[in-house]
Amino acid sequence: QSGTGTVSGRVADSKNEGLPGVTVLIEGTTLGSSTNVDGTYSIPGVPAGPHTLVISFVGYNTKRQPITVAAGQTTNVPAQTLSENATALGEAVVIGYGTQRKQDLTGAVEQISEKQFVKGQVTNPEQLVQGKVAGVQITTAGGAPGASTQILIRGGSSLNASNQPLIVIDGVPVDNTGLAGASNPLSLINPNDIESITVLKDASSTAIYGVRASNGVILVTTKHGVSGDQFHVNVSTQMSLATPAKYVPVLTAAQFRDVVNQYGTTGQKATLGNASTDWQREIYRTAYTADNNVSFSGAAGVVPYRISTGYLYQEGILKRNDLKRYTGAINLSPVLLNGDLRIDLNVKGSWIDNNFSDQSAVGAAVNFDPTQPIYADGSPYGGYYESTSGGTLLTLATRNPVGLINQNRNRSSVKRSIGNVQVNYKLPFVPGLSANVNLGYDVQRGRGTTFVPANAASNYFRQVTINGVVNRGGVNNQYAQDLTNTILEAYLKYERTVGPGRLDLLAGYSYQKFQNRSYNFDDNLANGAVYLAAVPSYSGAFTYLNTNVLIGFYGRLNYNIGDKYLFTGTFRADGTSRFNPNHFGYFPSGAFAWRLKGENFLKNSTAISELKLRLNYGQTGQQDLGGAYYPFLASLTLSNATAQYQLGNQFFRTLRPDQYNPNITWETTTTYGVGLDYGFAGGRVYGSVDVYRRDTKNLLNFVNIPDLSGLSNAGNFNVGSLTNRGVEIITNLDLVKGDKVNITVNANATYNQNKLTQLTIYGSGNDVGQPTGGISGGVGNNIQINTVGYPTQSFYVNQQVYDANGLPLQGVYVDANGDGVINSTDRYRYHSPRPQWILGGGANASYKGFNLAFTLRANLGNYVYNNVRANSYYDQNSSGFVSNKTQEFLASRFTTAQYFSDYFIENGSFLRLQNATLGYNFGAIIKKGTTLTLTAAGQNLFLITNYKGLDPEIYNAGPPATQGIDNTIYPRARTFTVGLNLGL
Amino acid sequence: CTKDLNQSPDYAASSNVVYADPAQIQQVLARLYATFAVSGQQGPAGNPDISGIDEGFSNYIRQYWQLQEITTDEAVIGWNDGTLPQVNTLQWNADNEFVRATYDRVFYEVGLCNEFIRQTSDANLSSRGIPAASLNTVRTYRSEARLLRALSYWHAIDLFGGGPFATETDAIGTTPQYKKGADMFAYVESELKALDALDDNSGALLAPKAVYARADKAVLWTLLTKLYLNAKVYTGTDRSTDAITYANKVLAASSGYSLSPSYANLFLADNNTTDARNEIIFPITFDGTRTQTYGGMTYLVHAPNGRAYTAAQAGIDGGWSGLRTKPALTGLFGSTTARNPNDARSQLFVFQGQNPRVDTLGQFSSGPLIAKYRNVTSTGAPGSNVTFPDTDFPMFRLADVMLMYAEAVLRGGSGGSATQALAYVNQIRARAGASATTAGALTLSSILDERARELFWEGHRRTDLIRFGVYTTGYNWAFKGGVQAGKDVETFRTLFPIPNTDRVANPNLPQNPGY
Repeated sequence: QSGTGTVSGRVADSKNEGLPGVTVLIEGTTLGSSTNVDGTYSIPGVPAGPHTLVISFVGYNTKRQPITVAAGQTTNVPAQTLSENATALGEAVVIGYGTQRKQDLTGAVEQISEKQFVKGQVTNPEQLVQGKVAGVQITTAGGAPGASTQILIRGGSSLNASNQPLIVIDGVPVDNTGLAGASNPLSLINPNDIESITVLKDASSTAIYGVRASNGVILVTTKHGVSGDQFHVNVSTQMSLATPAKYVPVLTAAQFRDVVNQYGTTGQKATLGNASTDWQREIYRTAYTADNNVSFSGAAGVVPYRISTGYLYQEGILKRNDLKRYTGAINLSPVLLNGDLRIDLNVKGSWIDNNFSDQSAVGAAVNFDPTQPIYADGSPYGGYYESTSGGTLLTLATRNPVGLINQNRNRSSVKRSIGNVQVNYKLPFVPGLSANVNLGYDVQRGRGTTFVPANAASNYFRQVTINGVVNRGGVNNQYAQDLTNTILEAYLKYERTVGPGRLDLLAGYSYQKFQNRSYNFDDNLANGAVYLAAVPSYSGAFTYLNTNVLIGFYGRLNYNIGDKYLFTGTFRADGTSRFNPNHFGYFPSGAFAWRLKGENFLKNSTAISELKLRLNYGQTGQQDLGGAYYPFLASLTLSNATAQYQLGNQFFRTLRPDQYNPNITWETTTTYGVGLDYGFAGGRVYGSVDVYRRDTKNLLNFVNIPDLSGLSNAGNFNVGSLTNRGVEIITNLDLVKGDKVNITVNANATYNQNKLTQLTIYGSGNDVGQPTGGISGGVGNNIQINTVGYPTQSFYVNQQVYDANGLPLQGVYVDANGDGVINSTDRYRYHSPRPQWILGGGANASYKGFNLAFTLRANLGNYVYNNVRANSYYDQNSSGFVSNKTQEFLASRFTTAQYFSDYFIENGSFLRLQNATLGYNFGAIIKKGTTLTLTAAGQNLFLITNYKGLDPEIYNAGPPATQGIDNTIYPRARTFTVGLNLGL
Repeated sequence: CTKDLNQSPDYAASSNVVYADPAQIQQVLARLYATFAVSGQQGPAGNPDISGIDEGFSNYIRQYWQLQEITTDEAVIGWNDGTLPQVNTLQWNADNEFVRATYDRVFYEVGLCNEFIRQTSDANLSSRGIPAASLNTVRTYRSEARLLRALSYWHAIDLFGGGPFATETDAIGTTPQYKKGADMFAYVESELKALDALDDNSGALLAPKAVYARADKAVLWTLLTKLYLNAKVYTGTDRSTDAITYANKVLAASSGYSLSPSYANLFLADNNTTDARNEIIFPITFDGTRTQTYGGMTYLVHAPNGRAYTAAQAGIDGGWSGLRTKPALTGLFGSTTARNPNDARSQLFVFQGQNPRVDTLGQFSSGPLIAKYRNVTSTGAPGSNVTFPDTDFPMFRLADVMLMYAEAVLRGGSGGSATQALAYVNQIRARAGASATTAGALTLSSILDERARELFWEGHRRTDLIRFGVYTTGYNWAFKGGVQAGKDVETFRTLFPIPNTDRVANPNLPQNPGY
């Protein structure tokens, strides 16, 4: 066939009004167009023959229309009607309870869709957008597969309450609670099923979620079937190799021997061995990962469907650490009754088998004496060399890292299913009125076992005498936890033209119940003998059930005058079972946007393609106190079997009246924001700038209370306030836009600064603040402090004095208060672990079938306490063993701990190449409409920093969670991936 | 549709149920005792009673012991944890977390007792329908709670010279007012006297030795003796005569106490079953399998263990290499480098391989070790758990009361005799195998030394040195004031500061002078 024709037609909405800006593409080609103001389009140069027209638009269901083009003629396609999509397909911007055209947004909302996701081996969904969204800081706890992640949106608004955002998956707000056996509950979601991730940042867009919205909302939309589509199969497979990018710079065996001979006591010198062991290399490996996914999609009559399944096997670089994940997802989205009734059914299931290994080996490998061998002849501890004295194991010594790994089996099986059915019905008698009902669940089950053999040094001394027989050593335990979350939501939506503009009204009700059941099991020795029997709770059962119920009533008003003046108002009344009787909190918000582009003077400008000014204000709440489910309740706790007390000849499990606060109530964050959306040069340059201020008051704070006023020295109270201020800048640049070559560049920058404005009920000059940030070294030592007027978690340290050569003088600090004594009162507040600037960006270049993309991330001004270096002093106290140091010791040569020296606070600014991907699309090699893509990706390819430790991006999930304290981290691996994607 | 917002846990107890059942009331009573031994509702750690400091570190007995011992000539600790070295060297300030922990534990106990006394008022007992047969039992529990509260208030007087004050009549949530030491003394004295006067129908305390480890009348009398002996420090008025009055009640044959034939057995894993039980008036009980903590006895057995004093000798899995003693104590037995073969008490010192002097704070080899508290029985059998000892802590014991009697007599109190005083001192010395002292040699300063020899590491030393006026000035020991030779410190250090944490939370609290 030769020759080409033109295709033309019109696209309209359900009211038969022309839809402008709709994308119309000839499938399998690069030919396409977008519709004019009246909804018409024309595509010239289409090869003659049969084709499929793909018509897609934000917020509407994509439509496919078969056509036949005759050479030299104009093919007139019948008018196509696009139906609105309630659950947001395509590139629609998903917002709370609905979707919106991007141009109608009044708040700070950013949506990242599949195309822009981070590529390579991504195990957890949140990593898809790491570095992609302004104002969002995503930090993994380390390099273990499925490791937990901290997500901070606009710096987080809480001090002691949770700072994690609300995550809503296909309309189901999911449980943020940690689950036994899963480091990160989000790891149970297969990233391959995700179509887009939307981040709601400002209060006007989040306030509709009232109660849990203070820290932002993340909306995850999974892939759906497409109406009228034919059957498709997509198969992807990728394989990765991961290697440790760097090791902690510890002393070599030879260096260490010299150090001990110089500084050690006679007894210590005698403990040195003759071996030369690099313990870190003994515990890490090159790890292999395979990730395979298959999906089937299409439409069976009026029922579009998508079914997918995935299998992931991921090894950690720590030996014996791996994860197997099996996932499945089904989506059915039938449209019935001429589009009046839409049903959206989603069921996702996953099963993860974790093999955790013993991650304490990471720290042990840094500390263990490098002059010792891995194995020792005749060692009763499974053959591993261990520190002993006179034949007795030294309990204070570091355990053999290889032994820790090999003599520990910690496995879990975690299952999670999330599902919902959402029904949207256009009520027949009132035009513009529709009802939406959403029923959903999120169920998680975690089960696990730990086994440590009796001869392992780590648990050698656990022993119990049963019937005169001494049973000794090891662990043989199980653990379990169930999380069950159910949701019912219903809302009515009413749309009509009122006066000069279009009015959208929404009113709804939400009920959500979270149940967290934990189990108590016997604590056993390796041989199964009961070391500590399981303890029943007060009710006599061996389980503990905590329940949190949230009930909300919400409403939203949108008023759009001529696409120029946009008003949004929302209100939510939210009740929580966590506060009683102060159940309810009330959260209003309002926003106004002026779309200058819609004004006559800009309407026809090509230089300025978009200009919109946004103002927003709103209040949001926080009630998530983590483990404290009933902080208001006066109750008594029964002690467990190991905290009994003997009176006479009887042991009593004691009953303790617990601290409580009947007045506890909501934490409230008030956000003020100004934003500007822009587009220049015909849309080649576009983005936004947002400035915000967030004031949080009545902080849900765990604070000291007057002794004797309650039943402890501290408790959960609404005390204190803090402020976050920041700027977010997003710029996208279509550098080259052509038939063959396309280059786009994107960049985002976030500046955030937080400051505590109140911390206690009474202001007092005596108040140094609340110490926080526990370190390794000593017991109960804190390196940070929360003080009014300073950023949260500021480092609180002594100022080091240096000699003429710039080397630190041991124990010599600046006498800040001039009292002649150097002690803790001389400490000062020095920097914060929070980055001042978070930068992200990347580029995407394509030439014919080739595609090259990369993502860079940088944090600037984040400081880190290098706890590993701080522990590198020579300790003459240890008897019977010696501990290795980092290279730091050769510089400072401290012989006593100097934990509070600012010498160990380092600038942790960094630039990381998050990923780089090269792909080649072979196009339709099998038959028309099929695709075959080959990709090669590298992750964590370089890290540029002055930080002296392994990695300055530090987050410790705890408990308690700490920020910016580097006390050995499971290294983030450097990963190389090759992948193949076949679409049929 | 909002009824579901009222949720309560399925595993916790409510006051209305617990305080209607005498058996459960006894479980709450046991909790008042347990505050001294454990740090929370999970042993050895977890679900803590107080926050802001490591549980094991801040345990009541461990902290009380540390403030009473490592601030004196009897003990030194090598660890660098937080502000611990400042405690060691009498350089603490109002931000010291160990001072704070002690303070918080003391007032935590008072608060718990207040709640118990409030909930078990006669009005509450009757409204909750406690059966008549159990009424007197529960009233006795209530009296024990008042006695335990008085004990903790005494600690507050002794350590902090007063502090926040509240009783069962102050509702939860009320910010307490301040009460200074002398006024708190008057309150404690009146409480104890009122308790002593109760009859069997109004909640009289148990008779001495009736039930092991319960706070009985002998505990009350011992506490009164202590208060009166130190009254000059607390109130400015000497009350030696009153001290003798109550010491006599403990020492009376009818009370049934006698010295344990073996000194060493008082501190071993079976001190709740051997003859030691006849001497111990008030133990804080520990059990390797059922009462676990990283404070209390676990600390006292592990912290001094290491080097030549092997873990096996102490009956544990491994020592913590922290606590040693100073030549000031070993020297009281005649030599700072070797044990005195004629005194069983000095056999507990370990000189082997140790520097007999304390030349550094941090090194465990610097200073003799003390193998006093051990987790082995009198027959040499190990305790039930190698980490957590079975050994009970003897808070009050007969020998202490005997020495208090002797001291009160020497201080001019009436109601006793010098002959009896000498007899008591020599009974104690004879038990240790030491030669008898003479009437002429029995002076106040010899009593101070004898108290050190007999009661070292039992948590009395700081109070004793203050009573004898030699704590801050006029008598020095290694690292007092932060220098190896020791130096005088400010006289205000006889009291610890009110922690800043509580002064920030409670504006009613003044600071002690000097801080």
